Amino acid sequence: MAETVLEIENLRTSFNIKGNYYAAVDGVSLSVHKNEVVAIVGESGCGKSALALSIIGLHNAKTTKLEGQVNLKGQNLLNLPVEKLNKIRGKDLGMIFQDPMTALNPLATIGRQIAEPMDYHMKLSSAAKKKRVLELLGQVGIKDANRIYKQYPHELSGGMRQRVVIAIALACNPVMLIADEPTTALDVTIQAQIMDLMKELQRITDSGIILITHDLGVVAEMANRVAVMYAGEFVEIADVNTLFSNPLHPYTRSLLSSIPSNMTDKEELHVIEGIVPSIQKLDREGCRFAPRIPWISEDAHEDKPTLHEVEPGHFVRCTCYKEFHFPEERVEDENYVTT
Amino acid sequence: MVKFIFRRLLVMIPQLFLLSLIIFILAKQMPGDAVTGAFMGNPNVTPEQVEKIREQYGLNDPWYVQYGAWVGKAVQGDLGSSYTHKQPVTSLLAGRVTNTVTLSLFILIVSYIIAIPLGIIAGRWTDSWSDKLIVTYNYFAFATPLFVFSLLMLFFFGFVLGWFPTGNSVDVRLEVGTWDFYLSKLKHLVLPGMSGALLATAGTIQYLRNDIIDTKLKDFVKTARAKGVPEGKVYTRHILRNSMLPIAAFLGYEITGLISGSIFLEMIFSYPGLGQLFIQSITGRDFTVTTAIVMISGTAVIVGTMLSDIILSAIDPRIRIE
Repeated sequence: MAETVLEIENLRTSFNIKGNYYAAVDGVSLSVHKNEVVAIVGESGCGKSALALSIIGLHNAKTTKLEGQVNLKGQNLLNLPVEKLNKIRGKDLGMIFQDPMTALNPLATIGRQIAEPMDYHMKLSSAAKKKRVLELLGQVGIKDANRIYKQYPHELSGGMRQRVVIAIALACNPVMLIADEPTTALDVTIQAQIMDLMKELQRITDSGIILITHDLGVVAEMANRVAVMYAGEFVEIADVNTLFSNPLHPYTRSLLSSIPSNMTDKEELHVIEGIVPSIQKLDREGCRFAPRIPWISEDAHEDKPTLHEVEPGHFVRCTCYKEFHFPEERVEDENYVTT
Repeated sequence: MVKFIFRRLLVMIPQLFLLSLIIFILAKQMPGDAVTGAFMGNPNVTPEQVEKIREQYGLNDPWYVQYGAWVGKAVQGDLGSSYTHKQPVTSLLAGRVTNTVTLSLFILIVSYIIAIPLGIIAGRWTDSWSDKLIVTYNYFAFATPLFVFSLLMLFFFGFVLGWFPTGNSVDVRLEVGTWDFYLSKLKHLVLPGMSGALLATAGTIQYLRNDIIDTKLKDFVKTARAKGVPEGKVYTRHILRNSMLPIAAFLGYEITGLISGSIFLEMIFSYPGLGQLFIQSITGRDFTVTTAIVMISGTAVIVGTMLSDIILSAIDPRIRIE
């Protein structure tokens, strides 16, 4: 196995809401290897972005409590003072943001914004910096690099801006990249281009990538391994083929059957009833997904669900997966029995 | 950029024309004229004499003839002569314009010197004790009327402590152009200037503070932090530049406020500036002086907004007109 780049151990991110701390990321452990893309999927509010921001230390320190460990190249980022963290952010650890329309400073040229991390992490002459910026612009598929270098963000389209955001993340050759829903804010056609670009870049660089998304299509296309997140916890971790061919956890199965497919146009799309509980109201004892599958008997759940390794590299939380079925399946079963 | 400034200057020409037209018409609508102002209630002047004087000064001509004559002379630097002061308006205004401009610039500069650091402190460390202190100061400054505050300043620093002179713009015994002369000017400037600046600064502090609080949550600030930019540089390079935009836009408005505010200040500190003369000219129906002063303040507003536009376009590429 390739060398481990990032190792998250029992990370807990809690936010202060009216004096009490509530965990949005609740005991997450994950390791990412060199040249590996780990996708983290889950619906809105499950804690995936909170996880991403915890790794790179972008939460407001006053209202956030971080516990556990985030080890990058053997160094725990969580107890580093900001000054030391700033030596790592932008250098070893790059971040690609969700919305390219707001992620760039409207008052600075593209060239300046891509060169900025080099000011702090690399000792380069300004001519060398410019050369590197133009090279990066070429790498992210921008043809007219010399013109774009001098332009401002408002002069570029969304897809172009996302390419610039990616170029910024790559500027200092990071060993680890975090992409927080890099295609969510883009048009479908542009999404495909950006995913192609990310794949291409992953081939060239050998950094590890954490890809946060709620788009399972993106996961299938890019990821090596997948971690499914629900209510602040990983409920299933598996390599990408296993996850799509043999999904076990009820949440994973529900997610997969909510993908519209053009083969089954007569079938109704599966809908997961209910919403992710808010972190204040979440019942932290017992299986967190249980309220959304009320037709499964309570005995099927573990009292204190943990991740079980059901086959090498395939982890599932709780025991409810053994007895899980979709509600419509049961109706069919009953019909079958009565007729 | 040069092209933009040139265009922006061209726009000022129709603005100034409209301004002069409106001012002239409005001034003509004022009840009475210079003659009634000077001779009203004087039993020795007969109505025939009044009529003769009116005819002599051209006050019976239609308004557009009078306007034409006024503008024609104004562009040559002749604003007519004051009926009450019996001297050319330009020479009457010269010294006073300098005084008012000095006072306004003093207030503007001092208020920015105070506002920028305080706004940054309050915005960067929101809810800290220093922020609370600054915001409390702002509330007081917003709520205190200029004339009350000026009187208090005058009483304490001018009268009780006697640190600064209580009136005039300079010690008249000093010879013009000497070092002592300018020092005395500055000393006379401090009380009215600080009174104006300490109140005017509140608006700028509040604007800057609120904009920093707003900007520091923006996504591009996260991008900057993710690049490993040190916290201080995040503020100077990313947040402040963006937060300066509303301050620059506010400048034109600020200048308008200073001119109207200076009327109070000049009256209270008996500082010989435009404000003082303005009040005198209105009560004396001194038409030429009134129009000249309104024209000057109007021009100052137009120049102020032009400065705002130029500064804004220098900072913000999005509003640069190519």
